[in-house]
Amino acid sequence: MRMILAKPLPLREKIFLKSSANDIIFKKNTKLIENNDLCHLLYYELACVWQVDTNRQLMLQFHKFTLSNGLRVIYHEDRSTPLVCMNILYDVGARDEDSSRTGFAHLFEHLMFGGSTNIPNYDEPLQRVGGENNAFTSNDITNYYLTVPTVNLETAFWLESDRMLSLAFSDKSLEVQRNVVIEEFKQRYLNQPYGDIWLLLRPLVYQVHPYLWDTIGKEISHIAEAKMEDVKAFFKKFYSPNNAIMVLAGNTSLDDVKRLSEKWFGPIPKGSDNKRNLPAEPEQKEFRSLTVERDVPIHAIYQAYRMCSRKDKEFYSVDLLSDILSDGSSSRLYNELVKNKKLFSELSAYADDSFDKGMFVISGKLSKGVKMEEAENGIAIELAKLVNGKVDEKELKKVQNKIESTLEFSEVNVMNKALNLAVSELFGDAEMANHEAEKYTAVTTEQIQQQAKQIFRKENCSTLYYLSKK
Amino acid sequence: MEVIDRNKSPDINQIKKIDILRASATKLKNGIPVYHINAGTQDLVKIELLFPAGMWQQSSPLVGSAANAMLNEGTSKHSSKEIAETMDYYGAFLHTEITHDFAVVGIHSLNKHLSSVLPMVEEIVTDSLFPKSEWDIYLQNKKQSFIVNNNKVSFVSRKKFAELLFGNDHPYGHNVMESDFDKLNRDEAHDFYKQSYTASDTIIVASGNVTDATLKLIEKHFGSMNRSSAIRHVSLKENNGQQATNNGQHYIEKKDAVQSAIRMGKMLFKKSHSDYCAMLVVNTIFGGYFGSRLMANIREDKGYTYGIGSALVSFTNAGYFTISTEVGAEVTNDAVKEIYLELEKLQTEKVSESELALVRNYMLGTFLRSVDGPFALADRFKGIHFAGVGYEYYENFIETVRTITPEKIMELANKYLKKDEMIELVVGKK
Repeated sequence: MRMILAKPLPLREKIFLKSSANDIIFKKNTKLIENNDLCHLLYYELACVWQVDTNRQLMLQFHKFTLSNGLRVIYHEDRSTPLVCMNILYDVGARDEDSSRTGFAHLFEHLMFGGSTNIPNYDEPLQRVGGENNAFTSNDITNYYLTVPTVNLETAFWLESDRMLSLAFSDKSLEVQRNVVIEEFKQRYLNQPYGDIWLLLRPLVYQVHPYLWDTIGKEISHIAEAKMEDVKAFFKKFYSPNNAIMVLAGNTSLDDVKRLSEKWFGPIPKGSDNKRNLPAEPEQKEFRSLTVERDVPIHAIYQAYRMCSRKDKEFYSVDLLSDILSDGSSSRLYNELVKNKKLFSELSAYADDSFDKGMFVISGKLSKGVKMEEAENGIAIELAKLVNGKVDEKELKKVQNKIESTLEFSEVNVMNKALNLAVSELFGDAEMANHEAEKYTAVTTEQIQQQAKQIFRKENCSTLYYLSKK
Repeated sequence: MEVIDRNKSPDINQIKKIDILRASATKLKNGIPVYHINAGTQDLVKIELLFPAGMWQQSSPLVGSAANAMLNEGTSKHSSKEIAETMDYYGAFLHTEITHDFAVVGIHSLNKHLSSVLPMVEEIVTDSLFPKSEWDIYLQNKKQSFIVNNNKVSFVSRKKFAELLFGNDHPYGHNVMESDFDKLNRDEAHDFYKQSYTASDTIIVASGNVTDATLKLIEKHFGSMNRSSAIRHVSLKENNGQQATNNGQHYIEKKDAVQSAIRMGKMLFKKSHSDYCAMLVVNTIFGGYFGSRLMANIREDKGYTYGIGSALVSFTNAGYFTISTEVGAEVTNDAVKEIYLELEKLQTEKVSESELALVRNYMLGTFLRSVDGPFALADRFKGIHFAGVGYEYYENFIETVRTITPEKIMELANKYLKKDEMIELVVGKK
C-alpha cells in the first residue's frame, strides 16, 4: 500500500550506500515507496499490512464488540509488551475526494493534529504520558495509530475520542498545515529525481475512477485553495464512529477496553451512513503510453497493467506472480534482466493492493547505453514466459514460504497486528486476518499462469517512458 | 454512563520501572563472543555477525560497502543465484550492511529452517569469491544509483556535512564522488574481505527464541572460522574532537531546486562522555521529537517544512550534533534565522517545569518502546557495545532524564552548542 505519513520520522543517520536492515525484511507490499529517505521506519511499522500469522498456534486471538453509535472495537491481548497500541482506521481515502479538491483526505489527516473541541493540542498530552503516534493516508483509507505505556492508556482514549467528537477547526492550523503539505508535496514529488511518476502514471491508467489522482493530490493549487467549510463538511461526512474501526492491541484487559470505550467513545453521536458509489473504471482496450523528458541521469520505464482488487480471490495468485518476478535476489526479473542481460540497473514488479481494481506495475531504470526498445523487449520476453508456460512447483513453493516467513516476522510488532485486524474487519470480518496465509498456500501454478494471461496483454498496459534529457 | 469532563486529562502515571533484559555472553572455541537475548513469543531468531569491516576500517572509499555487498555474489560452491534461491526457499532474510564502525551479515529465520540456512551464511563469510562478472554488475549499478541520489539535495547535504565535520580524508568524513567508483578495485575489496571477515574482533549477536540448539548451530558454523593473519589496525585519525572545517556558512547551489536542504551542527562527543545523557535531553527539547522547539516553530508555526529535527550522533570513534531539514527554497534564509533564534532561546531562557516534565515522560516512554521485543533489545546491546560502555549507561540515562534541572540544560546548551562553532550548510537555492 502506498501511503503518506502525517509526520516525518525522527532524524537518524544512515549509511547512504546501503539501506537499513529493516526494510529488507519488511518490504513486502511497500516496494513502490520511492524517493523517500524518511520511509525506512515505515517499512518496519507497517509491513505486511494484509498478511498475517501462519503459525497455527499463534493465530491472532481477539474480541470484538460494537458500540451503539456503530463504532467497531477489536481487542487483541499481548502480555509480552509493556505497551498498548491503539489503531483507529477511518473508512475514507483519496478515492473519496471531489475531483476538484484532491489531496484533501491527506490534508485533513494533518488537521486532525491541530486540536480538538476540548483539547487544544493533540500531541502534547500524549507525549506527556510517554506516548508516540503517527498516521497515514492512502487512496483507500486513513489510519491513525499510537502506542502508550499501559499505565497511561486512558489518555489515549481521551485524546482519540475528543477528535472523533469534533475538531477545533482553527484557522491557524489550516493555514499552517496547508503550507506543511505543500512542502511535503515539493519534498517528495517535485524536488526528487523521478518524484512525479505517480502524478503522471495514474491519469494514464485511470480515466474515470478516482485512483486517477495520487494521495497527495493532482496539483498544489488544490491544497492551497482548501477552505474551512470544506474541512468541516469532510469531517462531518467521514469522521463518525460508524465510519471507523478501533483496534487495541497489547498489554491491557478486555474489561478495561470495554469500560474505556463505552466511557469515552460511547457518547459520540452516530453519523450518517456513507454509501460509496465510485465510477468503475471501464476495461482498457488499447495500449496507452506517455513519454516525458526530465532532468534525470538515466532513462526509466514504468508499465502499469490493470489487475483485480485486494478483495478479489485472484489477488493471492497475482501477488505471488509479482513475487516470482521480483521478490528478492533469486527472482526472475533481477536474474534475467539486471544480471544476465544487464538491461536494467534496478527493476521491480509490484501488485497493487488497492481496494478497488488496481495496477500491476513493473518499473525499471535502464542501464547506461541501453535503448528503450531493448529494455521493453526484455520485459516482454519474461512476461511471455509466464503467459506461455507454468512456473515450476518449486518456484511457487519458494514464494509461498517467503510469505509465511514474512508474516511471522511482521507479527513481532504489535502495531502490525493491530492494523491487520482493522483492515480485515473493514473487508468484512477481522477473523479473515487468520485465514490469509491459507489463501496464499492454496494458489496453484495453473492459477498463476491464468492471471499472467489475463494481466500481461498489450492492450491492458499503460507505459510511461521517463527519459533523461542529457 | 459516567459523566466525563473532556477538558480534563486523565491522571498521568509515571513509568516507574523499565526492565532491560541484558544479553548473556558465551564464547565460541575460536574466541568469537556470542551475545544472546532469549525473548519474544515467536519461534524465530535473528543472528548477526558483526565484523570489523565498516567505514572506519576500510582501506579506501567504498571498499567496505563493496566487500559487504559482494559477500553473497558467489562462493566456490554456489553461485549468486543459488545462494539467493536457498535463502528464499527457506523464507530466510539475509541482510548485509555496513555502518561507520562495523559490517553486518545478518540472518532472520524461522527456527525450523535455521539449520538449512546457516551453512550458506558460513559459506559467504568464509568463501566468497567476488566473481568478476558479478563485480562489474555491482559496480555499474551502484554507480548509477549513486548518480541518481546525487540529484537529491538531502543526499548531497548529508555527504558534504560529514566532510565539513571530519575532513575528506577521515574515515567518517570522505565525501564520495562519482570518481571513487572508477577507482574501486575488485582485488582490493577481496583482500579487505579476507582480512576483515574473520574471527578476529568479530562478535555475534543472537536474539529471539535462542535455545541451546541455536547456540550449538552457531558454534558449528562459526566456531572454526580462522583468526585474521593481517588485521588492519587503523591509525587513529581522530583529531581530538577538533572539527575539520571551520564553522561558518557553506553553500552548494542547485539552480532548479524548489527546496533547500539545510544541515547545521558541530563536533561533539561520544556516548561515553559524562554529559552525553544530559545532552540527549537538551537535544530532545531542541529538535529531538515531534513536539520539539524546532518542529513547533519551523513546521507547526511557520509551515516552512514537512519536517525538521536535530540529533546527537555517536560513533565508536567520534560524536557530533546535527540539525537537518528541507525547506521551501524561498524561505531558506528565514528558516536558518529561526534555527539560530531557537538555539539562542535555549541558551538564555530556562526551560519551564511543564515542558521539562513532558520531555522526561516522553523520553522514558520512548525508551520503554526501544527495549520492547527481542530485536529491539539486541539493538540496545549493540548500542552500548560499540560505544564501549556497559548496561549502566541505560541506568544513567534513566536517572539523568528523571533528575536533570532547567539550570543544567541551559548551562549545557551554552557550553556545547555555541553558535560560532556551528557549521552551516545549505544545498539548493537561497
